[in-house]
Amino acid sequence: MNGEYLMIIRLFLHLALLLLFAPLLQGIIIKTKALFAGRVGAPLLQPYYDLVRLWRKGFVFSRTTTWVFLAGPVVGLAVPVLASLLIPFGALAAPLSFEGDLILFVYLFGLSRFFTVAAALDTGSSFEGMGAAREVTFSCLAEPTLLFALLVLARLSDGLSLNTLLGSHLQSAWHSDAGASLGLILVCLFLVLLVENSRIPFDDPNTHLELTMIHEVMVLDHSGPALGMILYGAALKMMVMGALLVRLALPWQTGWWPSDALLFLAGLAGLAILIGVVESIMARLRLPRVPQVLVGTMLLSIFALVLVLR
Amino acid sequence: MIWHLFGIALISLAGVPGLFCSRDSRGGERLACILTLAGSVCGLVAVAIVLSTTQEMRLDLPWSLPGGALALRLDPLAAIFLLPLFLVVTTGSVYGLRYWPQHKNPGNGRKLRLFYGLISGAMMLVLSARNGMLFLMAWEVMALAGFFLITTEDHKEEVRRAGYIYLIATHTGTLALFALFALLAQTSGSLMFPDAGIILADGGSLIFLLGLFGFGMKAGLMPLHIWLPGAHAAAPSHASALLSGVMIKTGIYGLVRLTSFFAEIPPWWGWTLLLLGAISGILGVASALAQHDIKRLLAYHSVENIGIIALGFGLALLGRSYDQPALMILGLSGCLLHVVNHGLFKSLLFLSAGSVIHAVGSRELDQCGGLLKRQPWTGVLFLGGAVAICGLPPFNGFISEWLIYLGALQPLKHSSSAFAMAVLIVPVLALIGGLALACFVKVFGIVFLGEARSKAADQAHEAPLSMLVPMTLLLVVCAWIGLMPTTLVPLLRGAVVNWAGADGGTMLGGSFAPLAGVSLIGWLLLALLAVAGLWLRHSSRKVPREAATWGCGFQFPAPRMQYTASSFADSLVRLFHFGLWSERHGGKVAGLFPAATRFAGHTPDAVLDRVLSPIFLGAAWLCRLLRAYIHNGVIAFYLLYIALAVIVLLGLCLL
Repeated sequence: MNGEYLMIIRLFLHLALLLLFAPLLQGIIIKTKALFAGRVGAPLLQPYYDLVRLWRKGFVFSRTTTWVFLAGPVVGLAVPVLASLLIPFGALAAPLSFEGDLILFVYLFGLSRFFTVAAALDTGSSFEGMGAAREVTFSCLAEPTLLFALLVLARLSDGLSLNTLLGSHLQSAWHSDAGASLGLILVCLFLVLLVENSRIPFDDPNTHLELTMIHEVMVLDHSGPALGMILYGAALKMMVMGALLVRLALPWQTGWWPSDALLFLAGLAGLAILIGVVESIMARLRLPRVPQVLVGTMLLSIFALVLVLR
Repeated sequence: MIWHLFGIALISLAGVPGLFCSRDSRGGERLACILTLAGSVCGLVAVAIVLSTTQEMRLDLPWSLPGGALALRLDPLAAIFLLPLFLVVTTGSVYGLRYWPQHKNPGNGRKLRLFYGLISGAMMLVLSARNGMLFLMAWEVMALAGFFLITTEDHKEEVRRAGYIYLIATHTGTLALFALFALLAQTSGSLMFPDAGIILADGGSLIFLLGLFGFGMKAGLMPLHIWLPGAHAAAPSHASALLSGVMIKTGIYGLVRLTSFFAEIPPWWGWTLLLLGAISGILGVASALAQHDIKRLLAYHSVENIGIIALGFGLALLGRSYDQPALMILGLSGCLLHVVNHGLFKSLLFLSAGSVIHAVGSRELDQCGGLLKRQPWTGVLFLGGAVAICGLPPFNGFISEWLIYLGALQPLKHSSSAFAMAVLIVPVLALIGGLALACFVKVFGIVFLGEARSKAADQAHEAPLSMLVPMTLLLVVCAWIGLMPTTLVPLLRGAVVNWAGADGGTMLGGSFAPLAGVSLIGWLLLALLAVAGLWLRHSSRKVPREAATWGCGFQFPAPRMQYTASSFADSLVRLFHFGLWSERHGGKVAGLFPAATRFAGHTPDAVLDRVLSPIFLGAAWLCRLLRAYIHNGVIAFYLLYIALAVIVLLGLCLL
């Protein structure tokens, strides 16, 4: 009985961490970019204000759209919430865990991509079609990299669930021969995170020209609460994928959950600052270059796998 | 067993009464449908008896042909292939009542139904025959009935061409099978199929290669898939569903059954299948992405899915070679479950594509558009099939791919690296999955979403209920397997024991235990989507849909400005140019105010149109040349040939 209570408390803690802190990461990125540009910038809590504002607004629908247009935001919000149940937040173990859940984790995001792209095509706009085509192209190339990285992690652990993949053995693994591989996949996963969350250098969330957008152009026609769901879903997705990276980079655990949670949140904040720095000091890649970078990343991850398989 | 025989007879002869009805009467088609339904029920009863008693059902009758008795057996392995067969045959038969009604197709409706029944019955026989001779007879009936299904509309040039290519391909494959069964009879001593794990002989490799060629030709593994795209595009949709959903799986059945005979499996068998599977998977889906004909596209997806099935089967073979039960169980059950799943969602997709073609009158993707408003139910059913075939949760495609993934991850647990390379199929599967997603988003988006691209699409009508109900049934079964996969575990276990012989049965551990977790996530996903979706729908219910799509300031958008199928796929197709060799014509613009220009893109089959056709055309040209030289019409030369032939024969006799 006690174990069940503990389980439920862990579940709620997990969800609370995710749902409360995800938009803050966006705020940190914006603030970092503002500081780099020498501005004061929007307050850290601006993403929350934005969500509240969108929540109160009404909808505007194009006459071309059908129910699929609304399915995009719904799936885009539901998937990161579910995926978060499978991934440990730092040293806090995932509430749901079974052999092979890493595949489910990857495929759940595939489902959200399917519906986001379908919702974009539902508007019949050629710009949204362009964004949709780019999105599926780049994610096709990013997905094998993600799995190569997970293969490396699976090789170093003795199980096939994300909980064991990101278990406490990582600390000693960094000091062993496998450290080089872990370093490589850390870089690969960071690039995958940037591509999947449409950040510079792959995509610019703040660009003003529809022709050059990827993710932003796919959600051009959304409005009000639906747009809020998309923004919130994107923030959740970044936090869930960031959790993978943070645990890999900071494999320590204190054994006391408040400090574990703090360490995890500090790691995420660090990741957000890093993304902000990258966005401030880099220009966006030309579109034809993006597949080359992604294939290069894949080669890097293959190299990491070969190092641990030999 | 009598139920099974009864089922075969009823289904095979379903089209016969129609032959005696008048060309326009509806009685024949209804009778055929009822007979098919009754036959499927009989067959299902037989399968249910087998599965409930876990004993294989056998029937041996004396036979005047040499080499053994007329032997039929039903076991769980055959049952796995039979279950989707019954479902697809009956749903296709009901669907055909309105899709291909007799009074609209007086010329070929009866022929279609006759061979539809015949091929279904022949496939049932193929799956239960245990005598090489009987197997080959049923195989040949199946192949020929398939030819007549493909050439239903034989007044069209492209249909006849597809039919001939199919006929050549299938008979080349059958030739290899004749050799295979002759060799098998030599090693085992009779034409009867041996029991699992009996043959120890060294000559197994030649038998395997012959089987790989013969059965791989039927299954459509990548270099041997040449007949598949044309044939599936040419046949009527419910016949394509049967061919693609069930018939090509008999090739997989043949391979699975053949390998079960051997006590030891050399490792290179498994590696070969993994390699072929990876090629079929990646190039199959890349070719599909480049297509703009909806049925050709679906046909290439069959090649892709056969690749996935081969990956699972290759893992199972490796598991046998290296004595890794977990690898074998996960690989084989993933392979077999994918056989079932592909049968279900592919026939669903072919049937819903058929209802689009029925409404729009064209197979071109770019002639459709905005159909979700005119055909809401067909659209939902197609969407379900598309999500399932991309292997996305919570549908059935994910379950089988997940089993194969899990099998491929097994080598990581062992420090010995003899089969460590097998983990590479994990990223291969991921790439296939990503490309399949791109392809089906493209089809669904171009056909069902946006604005109508042609007048026909604008005036399309929803399919009648008798076409929608069979499709709904298929979708429900897809969702059932996806959400409650644990219900299928006993069936899969039975089949694995069948295949691996006695030694596999003892090792069945908790390999399937995590399926409960997958199913839980599936239900959670559905619940979450339902709550969020209903809330959003409720809060937006009063909002009128009257604004125009944001066109970046442009005021006069037109439907033909939408992204097309080719433009959507272009960036990915260019990445795979090395394996596709797409053709692009025109589209170049020059100057500040370019004149009107045309662009056309087309991707012919890389093997058939780029390699085989030129080679065979060259050979035909050489032979014609030779014939003109030898066959020159001068009688003196002919007499000389005869004299030379006689001398050579005499010389041979003296030797």
